Parts: sequence; structure tokens; C-alpha cells
Amino acid sequence: MVIGAGVVGAACAFYAARAGLSVAVIDRGPVAGGTTGAGEGNLLLSDKQPGPELELAKVSALLWQELADELGAVFEYEPKGGLVVAADPAGQLALAAFAAKQRAAGVTAHEVTADRLAEYEPHLAPGLAGGFHYPEDAQVQPALAAAHLLRAAVRAGAALHLGERVTALLTGPGGAVRGVRTDRRELAAGAVVNAAGTWGGQIARLAGVELPVLPRRGFVLVTEPLPRVVRHKVYAADYVADVASGSAALQSSGVVEGTPSGTVLIGATRERVGFDRTVSAPALGRLARQAAALFPFLADVRVLRAYRGFRPYLPDHLPAIGADPRAPGLLHACGHEGAGIGLAPVTGLLIAEQLTGRRLSTADPVDTAPFRPDRFA
Amino acid sequence: MPTSPSDADPCGPYDLAVIGAGPAGLAGAVAAADQGLRCALIDAGARPGGQYYRHPAPGLRAARPDRLHHHWPVFAELADRLAAHRAAGRISYLPHHHVHLLERREPWRLHAATGADGSGRATLRAAAVLLATGAYERQLPFPGWTLPGVVTAGGAQAMLKAGLVLPGRRIVVAGSGPLLLAAAASLTAAGAEVPAIVEASTYLGYARRPGVLAATPGKLAEGVAHGAALARHRVRLHRASAVVEAHGGRGVAPAGGWERVEAVTVARLDADWRPVPGTERRIECDALAIGHGLVPQLELATELGAATRVVPDGTVALRVDARQLTSVPGLWAAGETCGVGGAELALAEGELAALAIAGRAPVAGLLSRRRRLRAFAELMAAAHRPGAGWSDWLRPETEVCRCEEVTAGAIGEAVERLGATDARTVKLLTRAGMGWCQGRMCSSAVACLAGMAEPVADSRPLSGPVRLGDLAALPED
Ligand SMILES: Cc1cc2nc3c(=O)[nH]c(=O)nc-3n(C[C@H](O)[C@H](O)[C@H](O)COP(=O)(O)OP(=O)(O)OC[C@H]3O[C@@H](n4cnc5c(N)ncnc54)[C@H](O)[C@@H]3O)c2cc1C
Ligand SMILES: Cc1cc2nc3c(=O)[nH]c(=O)nc-3n(C[C@H](O)[C@H](O)[C@H](O)COP(=O)(O)OP(=O)(O)OC[C@H]3O[C@@H](n4cnc5c(N)ncnc54)[C@H](O)[C@@H]3O)c2cc1C
Repeated sequence: MVIGAGVVGAACAFYAARAGLSVAVIDRGPVAGGTTGAGEGNLLLSDKQPGPELELAKVSALLWQELADELGAVFEYEPKGGLVVAADPAGQLALAAFAAKQRAAGVTAHEVTADRLAEYEPHLAPGLAGGFHYPEDAQVQPALAAAHLLRAAVRAGAALHLGERVTALLTGPGGAVRGVRTDRRELAAGAVVNAAGTWGGQIARLAGVELPVLPRRGFVLVTEPLPRVVRHKVYAADYVADVASGSAALQSSGVVEGTPSGTVLIGATRERVGFDRTVSAPALGRLARQAAALFPFLADVRVLRAYRGFRPYLPDHLPAIGADPRAPGLLHACGHEGAGIGLAPVTGLLIAEQLTGRRLSTADPVDTAPFRPDRFA
Repeated sequence: MPTSPSDADPCGPYDLAVIGAGPAGLAGAVAAADQGLRCALIDAGARPGGQYYRHPAPGLRAARPDRLHHHWPVFAELADRLAAHRAAGRISYLPHHHVHLLERREPWRLHAATGADGSGRATLRAAAVLLATGAYERQLPFPGWTLPGVVTAGGAQAMLKAGLVLPGRRIVVAGSGPLLLAAAASLTAAGAEVPAIVEASTYLGYARRPGVLAATPGKLAEGVAHGAALARHRVRLHRASAVVEAHGGRGVAPAGGWERVEAVTVARLDADWRPVPGTERRIECDALAIGHGLVPQLELATELGAATRVVPDGTVALRVDARQLTSVPGLWAAGETCGVGGAELALAEGELAALAIAGRAPVAGLLSRRRRLRAFAELMAAAHRPGAGWSDWLRPETEVCRCEEVTAGAIGEAVERLGATDARTVKLLTRAGMGWCQGRMCSSAVACLAGMAEPVADSRPLSGPVRLGDLAALPED
């Protein structure tokens, strides 16, 4: 029983159903009604420093490619590559040091000197010091990805219960989790997967365990449709520092990218303000300034809309993946913060492997110890 | 608290900023200025009056703009008072200011795109805000609705009032709601032939609460006046019927001319608005004016978390207290933003809000007038609520979202196969509602097609398109 029909729950259901398990997915809302429908679809290696998250991301990048081959062009998978740029020589040096460590960890990164930036992105602002090209960065449309993964899971036999809220977890002898109670009925299950994203802490609490998932707000701007003027995911060097930061203050990174529909997405800010949905002028202003600094022509383009979402984050910025020793029968797959789209397939695969006790992929095995759900206890 | 007119700065701070210069905003600004408040009256359009008191640009030299208005003297009086307050420096009237972002600060900040082409920008400051942004038309798609010659009922009214032009010569008026009668009356008065008014409801809803009707004589008189005018022009009223298809053709135009509407198919509807097979008939026309009521325009308030309520017509409106205050301190609302109810109600609510903001008691009779008109509005709303069966007249290839060219079939696929159960998810999976109008045209229809039981307010952090450079100029903090 997977709680959550976001991209992570969808991936868990997909891999579990394909491994032959009998699977049901339950969500209080529609498919992709949580953060999955409010994020961007960057599948990035470029922003990750060597460590556990990068290891996950490397496997996930391969899995996304496989999924795109298998399910077809239904979720706008684009292996377009990323371009990280530096405003000044010091920034370029920092990027070079970062890229060297990533290369050692198996990431492909090419230095792009200032005079060659225009070959990659002809409309970039003049005067940048240089950048790095990451050919393995890719993109999907998150809501379509979740919907099509779930559709494939349903074809493999999974059941989908939408508009039904989990209100309690059923427990058996010794506190083992045996299913869920919803606002309509009780559903028994051999195991329950908590893929409730930003609300994952609430599900954990239903089992009497603590999982400190908190919301981190982000805004995204969307422009009017344009001819393809931005070819890669382009962002400024200070982004890398933002991602790893624990600060509550507003930060943003101005990732600029074109989409198949012609709109340009600009995002996203990072703020810790709880679940406050109020539109924030400073956040939108900051995104706009950063985008215009990278691509001056954007200043005269019209922004059609903006949206916001709440990333699920854990204190050490790593997700919780796997069985919870404190509550037998409960597995967690949540807390992916700003990388849940990218990390969804590997998360689903790891959960399915734990549930079946078998290896289900030929990809390099990942050490799951850093993602243990009880690591904050 | 009132500030003196001498320290006038066009950006404020004002005592009150009124967004929207329709009946509600105009009445509100004038009444607030009467109480000594210094106000900004802000509107996206070129002239005050909103949708109801829409009138031609002076350059068109229309001899009698009042010909199309029942309450022209009321507007003329408000316009005179506005002029006097402007001259005295108590009201800054700011046309061509589209407020796209409202910030809850002390004082409030209103960010606007300015100028006829929206190329300028301004940030205004005010201690209190009155939201009077009116409504936009609800559209329900049908095969052929994208043909040239098909216009909205309110659009036809607006074209006529603003420029005195007719969308055609033989015009079928269709949809649901009181605006149809008003539009048909104006069209015939301007010389068009209206072969039929096609109203989807049965009008029975009004008859169920005769007490409310009797308490609202002005409304009855208006209806009777329209009715008499229409009878004079031999306009046939088809109740419980709908235009289920518009047919295009090149008509008498020279070969190779543009295709446009040349006829419509009208069918009877059952109680759920499902077309009854075998009742179709064809009516020749060269234009179709169609609308299914209005949807309150609320995003500036809902993006700040303002509480809403569901109106019996299936739309969402702001929840206000007895003095028009929303659930957000310092933010008042009046007119269609509180639920569609017409110009008279908008005037009453605007004045009520102004008095509350100025800290005055409401003048005698105002509260009861508002209550009476609001009750009538709710009755009308219930009578014209679309039945769920309307979607039966769609075909898979019928476009529902015109901006992004999303068909009914694609939406059906997202709902049946991909797990969309609300308008937002349909939008994410199909792009319906992501285009220029930001779902104003299609989101009511999409919500029905997604099977949503309860409507919710559309999310629009930006109330309209904004130059990125203007967003970049927003203050840092
Ligand atoms: C602005 C922004 C930009 C982003 N950009 C990127 C990006 O470029 N790349 C990337 O990889 N990630 C990005 N992210 C992060 C990414 O969107 C998330 O990490 C990811 O969507 C999390 O998916 P999820 O399935 O865990 O959660 P969700 O999609 O939130 O799904 C959880 C589901 O659980 C359901 N649920 C909760 N409680 C209950 C209950 N009691 N009963 C039943 N159901 C329940 C919810 O309804 C919800 O549908 C971004 C996020 C934001 C906000
Ligand atoms: C197209 C149309 C035609 C109509 N025709 C008639 C008719 O002929 N007869 C009739 O009885 N009723 C008509 N109505 C109904 C009409 O809404 C009300 O009767 C009456 O005008 C409501 O008054 P109001 O002040 O609440 O809103 P409105 O009159 O709609 O005024 C709202 C004003 O707010 C402005 N505005 C909106 N958003 C912003 C923003 N973000 N920034 C700045 N300004 C903004 C608009 O430009 C508009 O001037 C029509 C409605 C529409 C939509």
C-alpha cells in the first residue's frame, strides 16, 4: 500500500507492481496534486556534490532514460544538458574545483570558456566569466511523469484510490503496520510505503514514529511561449551553495530553461516559511532579476503566470528511504526536497528491492545507510 | 487619519486604494472621499464605469450613450462627484493601471502595469484596499464556438456600449442568465434582428421564492422593460434550450472569403441540461452572442488567503462580513467580487464598504437594500446554475481551452486514464488553462469535465501578464 500519488509514490508503485507485488496507491487528492504538480522537472547531476545524494542521482538518471525508452515520449523527457555559468573569474574557479570533485565521482562536466558560451547559449548576457556544461542533466514534465508511471503500474495490476485520505495506520501484534484506515474504510496490506512527500511526517506520526519532514517554499515564473531561445538548463554558480544551505532566508538560483511548449521556466526560490501560500513580491522580483541577468532579452518578455510549491525537506537534506526499524511493515520514501522528481525512480527501485528482497536492476547497488529513516532519532 | 490633498504624491500613501472603477469601485471611492479620505481609484480600462456603465470614447462623439443604459443618471451623478473630488485632490483617478500583484504590508502595496499597452509600471501605497474588480464571463464550449461571428453575450454588450458596433445583423442570443435579456434588448435597440433568445434554464428558480422577487421591484421593472422591448421586436424566447452547435459557412461573401457562423442548432434540454435527442432545429444567423453568467474575479484577494464561499450558480466569491470586510484585515470587497449581483447591488456595497473604511455607520436603508438585492442575486444564481449534463453536447474534437487548443477528448483522457480529478491536474496534464487568459475562459468548463463536486477559486499569483523587467523592478523587501 503506497500512500501518495506524487512522482515518488508513482515510482514505488511502478517498480513494485512490475516486480510482481500486489500494489495499491492511495491519495487524498488527484495524481500529482501535491508538490509534484508544483515543481519543475529538472533531473540534475550538476548541482550535487559528491556524496550519497549524487550516488542516488546517478542511478536515477539512468533509470529515467530507461523509463523514457520504455514508456515513450509521454512525459517530455529531454536529455538537454545543463550549463552552469559564473559571473566572475573567482566564480569560474569555484566551479572548476566543484566540477573536478564531481568528475572524480563519475559525473561528466566540460569547461566552457567565456568565448565559447555563445555556442551553447547565443542569448546569454555578455561579460560572463565562463561556465561548465553537464551533458547528463535532463528534464521531464513532473505531473505527466507521475501520471504515466501510475498508468503503467495500473496496467501491471496496481489499484489506484484517489480522493481518499489516510487517517490512521492499522497495527497488529507488536505494533507492526498492517494496512491503513481511510476516511471511507480499512484497507489491509502486508506493507505500507509512506510516499506522502511534505506530509510524510504526519504519516510517520500515525505509526508513532518521528520523521521531521518540513516544507521549504519555492516560486516559479512561467513566460509567454517563445521560439526555442534557451537550449539548456542554465543557472548561475551561486545555486550550488543555495541547495546545500540550511538557512531559512529567501534564496534563489535563477534556473532558466525552455520547455517543449515554448514557455521559459524560471525557478525557483527557497524559503522556510511553513505552508504559507501567500504570493511574495520579493521572491518573484528576485527570480526575475536573476533571469534577466542571465538572459537580458527576457526583460521584455511577458511572464504569464507564477506558481508555488512546498518541497519536503529533512534536516540533513537527504531523503528517507527504506524500512523503518521502529515500525515493522512501514517503509518511508519521502523528504526529497528539491530533487524528488530526479530521485523518484531510484527511490521506487530501492523500495521495491527491499519489499521483494531481490535485486531488480543491473545498475550499481546504492548504499542506503545514509537514508535510514530512523537516523534523526 | 485623513491626509491633506496638498501632500499629493501619485504613489501615495493613500488612505484608501480602490481597485476597479465599475459601479462598486466608483461608488466606494466617491463615498470614501465624501468622508474626507484620500483615495486612489485604479482601473485597468481607459474610462470609469466598469462593465455596466461602459461608454464610448469621447472621440466617437456618440450622441446619446445613455440610450443603452437604464441607470445613466446614476452614473452621470457619480461621474460628476468623481470630477469634483479629483479637482479637490481627494481622488487620484488612475486609468490604464492593471494591478497584477497585491502585497499585504503596512501600508499596502499595489503593483500595476500601466499605459494602454501595459509597458509602464507603478507601485502605489495605501492604508486600506477595496477590491472591486468585477467579474468575467463564464463560457461553456460547444462544437463551432470558435467560429468567427460567435461572441460572448457580455462582449456583444461591451462592443455596443463602447463603440456602438454590432457583431452581426441577425444575432442569436444564447446561454443562461439575466445578461441575455439585457444583451438582446440592446442589440435590437441598436437595429439588429434577434431571431431567438435561447436560455438553458427554465426560469423556475425565481418562482420558487416569490417573496424575494416581490421585495425587489427594481429588478422586476427591469425585466419587464426588457420583456416589453423584446416582444415589440418579436424576439422568441426558447427556455430549457441550448445552442448545441454553431455551423460555419462562407455565406454570401465572395468565394474564398472567411468562414463565419451562418446558423446554429438549438436543442431542448432536460433538467440536467442534457440535450434531448430529436428536438434539434436550425436557426439561420450571422452572429451568435453567448454566455453562461459571470465568474467573480478574485485572485488578488485569494492569493492573500482571503476566505471564499460557493455561490449557488457554481462560482466562488469572496466571503465578507456585514460591512464588506474580507477575512484579510484591511482588505474590503464590493460588487461582483462578493458574488455576481448586478450594478445596483454593486453600488450599495461600494458605498457600504467606504463608510466602514471611514469608520462611519451605514446610512439608513443601505444595509437592508444590500440584503434584499443580495437575496435576489442568490436566487438568480441558483436558477442559472449549469446542469451537469451540458457536456453531452461536446464532441471529442471540440476545443475546450482555446489558448492552448486542448480538446474535450484530451481532457477526458486525463480524467479517465491519468488520474486527474480536478481542474488543476487537468491543466498540468493537458495544458488546458495555461495560456494567455490563464483559464478565465475554460476553467469553469474544465472543472465540470474533471467531475469536481465543489468549485474552488483558480490560483493566479499574478493577476495578468507582466513584463519580466517590471517584476525585476519589484522592491527587495
Ligand atoms: C518550486 C519547486 C521546484 C522544484 N523543482 C524540482 C526540480 O527541478 N527537480 C526535482 O527533482 N525536484 C524539484 N522539486 C521537488 C519535487 O517537486 C519534490 O521533491 C517531489 O515532487 C516530491 O514528490 P513526492 O511524490 O514525494 O511528494 P508529493 O508530490 O507531494 O506527493 C505526496 C502525496 O501524498 C498525498 N498525501 C499526503 N497526506 C496524505 C494522506 N493522509 N492520505 C492520502 N494521501 C496523502 C498528497 O496528497 C500528495 O499527492 C521542486 C519543488 C518545488 C516546490
Ligand atoms: C463583459 C460584461 C458585460 C456586462 N454587461 C452588463 C450589462 O450590459 N448590463 C448589466 O446589468 N450588467 C452587465 N454586466 C454585469 C456587471 O458585471 C455588473 O452589473 C456591474 O458592472 C458590476 O459592477 P462591479 O463594479 O462589481 O464590476 P465591473 O463593472 O465589472 O467593474 C470592475 C472593474 O475593475 C477593473 N479591474 C478588474 N481587474 C482589475 C485589476 N487587476 N486592476 C485594475 N482594474 C481591474 C475592470 O477594468 C472594471 O472596470 C456585464 C459583465 C461583463 C463581464
